[in-house]
Amino acid sequence: MTERMGFFTDTSVCIGCKACEVACKTWNDIPADGVDLLGMSYDNTGSLDANTWRHVAFIEQTVQDDTRWLMSSDVCKHCTEAGCLDVCPTGALFRTEFDTVVVQADICNGCGYCVPACPFGVIDRREDDGRAWKCTMCYDRIGDGLMPACATACPTESIQYGPLDELRERADERLAELHSRGQADARLYGHSPDDGVGGAGAFFLLLDEPEVYGLPSNPVVTTRDLPAMWKRAGLAAVAVAAGVAVSFLGRR
Amino acid sequence: MGYYGRPIVKEPVWKVPDVPGYLFLGGMAGASASMALAAQVSGHSELIRPARVAAAVGSLASVGALIHDLGRPERFLNMLRVFKVTSPLSVGSWILAPFSGLTALTVATDLSGRFRWIGSLAGGAAGVLGPAMCTYTSVLLADTAIPAWHNAYPELPFVFAGSAMTSAAGASLLVSPSRPAVRLGLIGSGLELTSTAAMERRVETYRSSKLLTAAKALTVAGAGLSLVRGNRVTAVLAGASYLAAGICTRFGVYRTGTASVKLVSVQSG
Ligand code: SF4
Ligand code: SF4
Repeated sequence: MTERMGFFTDTSVCIGCKACEVACKTWNDIPADGVDLLGMSYDNTGSLDANTWRHVAFIEQTVQDDTRWLMSSDVCKHCTEAGCLDVCPTGALFRTEFDTVVVQADICNGCGYCVPACPFGVIDRREDDGRAWKCTMCYDRIGDGLMPACATACPTESIQYGPLDELRERADERLAELHSRGQADARLYGHSPDDGVGGAGAFFLLLDEPEVYGLPSNPVVTTRDLPAMWKRAGLAAVAVAAGVAVSFLGRR
Repeated sequence: MGYYGRPIVKEPVWKVPDVPGYLFLGGMAGASASMALAAQVSGHSELIRPARVAAAVGSLASVGALIHDLGRPERFLNMLRVFKVTSPLSVGSWILAPFSGLTALTVATDLSGRFRWIGSLAGGAAGVLGPAMCTYTSVLLADTAIPAWHNAYPELPFVFAGSAMTSAAGASLLVSPSRPAVRLGLIGSGLELTSTAAMERRVETYRSSKLLTAAKALTVAGAGLSLVRGNRVTAVLAGASYLAAGICTRFGVYRTGTASVKLVSVQSG
């Protein structure tokens, strides 16, 4: 395994240009999904899905009679404990040498299990080929020493790519800088290895509560409870065996 | 609230009725196989064949429903590419595939009258696997970020276990009234009703499910009708009520889960 690579998305400098969305679509040859006017500020993409691997969220807020714009480019978190990867029955989802989470399309059987297993609602099944798709952190580029397409295209360095340890340090510095400038609502999201997914490989600097951006405030990988689930299911199976046995014991 | 009122977690992309049907059929088949084994061991010979047929038909239809959801048969084979304990669908496929093969073999030898001893061995193995068939699907649902499914993980296996027992009893009562089937139905009803109540205390949104309310009423009706002695018609009605209850339970749990992505954000259990 080489170094763990990641994304640090600093939303405080995002200008909402959507260059990342376009670069991602182009490089990864993702099918177009048509023009759809959603009435959600400048967001006509809606959410991450099978055909959207970077999604710029636009939030308009009124602060002291002024409009404040929040813009944030969302992406797969490449979780340390990834629910999608855990539940995938075919092994199509795997962890790469960069510690990222990638789907192998030729192995995916379209069972769809990964879709409701992701606590962030990232991965999705494509209608036409029935397979699951999501951000690969440009696995085909980073293996050649290139940056992912989105980070390359981002004009403000809102999307930063690099070794995760370095990114975490950089994020701490940036947060301290914003706090010292009086931006008290700045916070990091997904940077802590102690969170419910063991820390994200793609983390964020946000300027408001995570929910405002459509992110869960306390995501927890579902498989943390899996041993307890199997135990309960085992007990219930014993109850079935006992119930059947008892039914056949009494009078005929 | 949130981001333009959009749910965070994605709703399952599984097809209805395929997947809730797969849950129901698998449970009914599992408990039926165990019933067939118990009937064989205890000498209730008249109950063996109907239970074997119910197990085979149920599990093959369950595989069929899963394949229909996947779209192509070879995609089911891909499930058996690896064995992963962290994936209840992988574990489940490794239970479902041998189980359906064994039950089919059992029925084939039973009906043809050839190699009966192989059929008995296969039926015995299916009977042992049966209880796992009844409950693995509860882990399949609970091991997701869907709030109503995940949060219900302590009770869901018992709801499914009870429901599987009443369904198997129901299938048996449809064919012939018998004391063991009546008893199995009563035990299953008791387990299902009490664990559903416990599940509703933990995860409130199940309370407003009309399908689960119907399931309870049908379970009570099935249990009541099964107690009428020596009447063919009431036994058939009891069996039908139990089977209908099983369908309502699975669809009720499934629907409540998919609707819950809109209600709450995900918390750990
Ligand atoms: S964010 Fe979702 S899709 Fe991405 S690695 Fe985590 S669980 Fe998987
Ligand atoms: S849809 Fe594909 S990637 Fe997702 S869990 Fe199923 S096999 Fe794995």
